[in-house]
Amino acid sequence: MNNWLYTILAQAAVPAEEASLSFFQKIGQWFLLQWQDFCDVFYLNFIRDNKWKWLVEGLGNTLVITFFAVLLGIAIGIVVAAVRSTYDKNGESIKRQGGIQWFLLRFFNGVCNLYLTLFRGTPIVVQLLIMYFVVFASSSNDTVIAILAFGINSGAYVAEIFRGGILSIDNGQFEAGRALGFNYVQTMAYIITPQMFKTVLPTLCNEFIVLLKETSVAGYVGIMDLTKAGDLIRGRTFSALMPLLAVAMIYLILVIVLTKLVGLLERRLRKSER
Amino acid sequence: MNDNILISVKKLKKYYNGDKIKALHDVSVDIHKGEVVVIIGPSGSGKSTLLRSLNLLEMPTDGTISFGGEIITKKNANLNLHRQKMGMVFQHFNLFPHMTVLRNMTLSPIKLLKKPPQKAEEQARELLTRVGLADRADAYPAQLSGGQKQRIAIVRALCMDPEVMLFDEPTSALDPEMVGEVLEVMRELAESGMTMAIVTHEMGFAREVATRVIFMDGGQILEEGTPADIFDNPQCERLKSFLSKVL
Ligand SMILES: Nc1ncnc2c1ncn2[C@@H]1O[C@H](COP(=O)(O)OP(=O)(O)OP(=O)(O)O)[C@@H](O)[C@H]1O
Ligand SMILES: [Mg+2]
Repeated sequence: MNNWLYTILAQAAVPAEEASLSFFQKIGQWFLLQWQDFCDVFYLNFIRDNKWKWLVEGLGNTLVITFFAVLLGIAIGIVVAAVRSTYDKNGESIKRQGGIQWFLLRFFNGVCNLYLTLFRGTPIVVQLLIMYFVVFASSSNDTVIAILAFGINSGAYVAEIFRGGILSIDNGQFEAGRALGFNYVQTMAYIITPQMFKTVLPTLCNEFIVLLKETSVAGYVGIMDLTKAGDLIRGRTFSALMPLLAVAMIYLILVIVLTKLVGLLERRLRKSER
Repeated sequence: MNDNILISVKKLKKYYNGDKIKALHDVSVDIHKGEVVVIIGPSGSGKSTLLRSLNLLEMPTDGTISFGGEIITKKNANLNLHRQKMGMVFQHFNLFPHMTVLRNMTLSPIKLLKKPPQKAEEQARELLTRVGLADRADAYPAQLSGGQKQRIAIVRALCMDPEVMLFDEPTSALDPEMVGEVLEVMRELAESGMTMAIVTHEMGFAREVATRVIFMDGGQILEEGTPADIFDNPQCERLKSFLSKVL
């Protein structure tokens, strides 16, 4: 018997004659058998050939992809939201001044709108496949390609979260800033964005929790993320339940922990506002 | 008298929806240094639009506004520079909720006038003392009453050392018992010689503090004169009927 868990349990079990077993002892034996079974499958799926390391590696990749995609998404989101909000809020005055600035603003606003339409209007898996097999067909750094695909996709949603946040700030705040003599950029920097970040932070964090789960399609282009790792184990051991359940549990724990943190953050923000 | 003019509005028009809504129609008015001009009129008559045009929060459809001898409605006028010299107080205070009272007051002098932070803070505390709120310097706006907020909003504008102060119904959002404390601050400000343009429904205050009262209706100035002229000896019918309703 090479099962270490079983060995431990077998020592604890009392050997007795089959016939004289009481009802409870039978139940106990049944559980013991189940446990032994469980241990065998556990051993097969995670211990043999160090397959648990696959999960660890997959989890690492999932976290790395999510983390950098979040950073990229925020960067893109800020730029796109800035362009679109400037067009909404300050377009009239720039139009009045006319010239190249107005042309550029309109051009970039159009580009941003196209970006939002395309990347929110198509499935992330399709975007990932196009990125992998078409755009970066010659590149071999899979993780970077995944980060780009998820980051660019997330940026579209983050941009709209930021823009919604800016629109939700009372226009009186904007007017007060301008009336004091701040220009558009200063008003945004000192008065609007700090308030905007506070209001959108919980929504933003939830967007990133969604992103964490969305990276589970990275396996489509052969990246060994957490989901792919579980699937590889399933393919090797032909036992589906345990590896997939393990993967699900890891995601669930991550999401629960992150959601808790967002809740804490939200409560602290509300307290500071009084 | 003429070289004493601070703000000069000529044939100002403000239309919305093409020319369907005429919020302002050919309004001309001069505001001299040290004057306290009170603008009265029924709802929708264009009082706010006129006041907000003075610092170009509203862009006029046509006409010119000059401030300190410079035409600020020109395409290339430096709006931000002109606005620094025009303080504005809003009906809903518009204090910055994420900053303390002190920060609300020192932000613009430090960032725009490049005042040393220490100097700006000194001036802010002095002004706070003047309006009886020295102990609230570190409070956040949400912790203040409406009357306190509006007094802070007034001194925030004063921190920029403006040449004129614009008030758009500064007491309309206040509980009745807080109106007095805000009007008191404004009265003191007027006595100190500040040039002021005030939109208000407080007729008693207008009569007492105004050097000139302007009556607007339908986007036009229908009558103007001293408080005595306007309140005791109104000429046009619409002013008479307006006064009979509000007095
Ligand atoms: N952004 C806008 N779009 C369309 N119409 C507007 C806009 N702002 C003001 N108006 C119209 O212009 C007219 C003048 O409005 P204004 O706010 O100047 O009136 P008011 O005298 O300040 O009234 P109140 O005492 O109610 O504040 C009104 O008929 C109003 O409906
Ligand atoms: Mg008004």
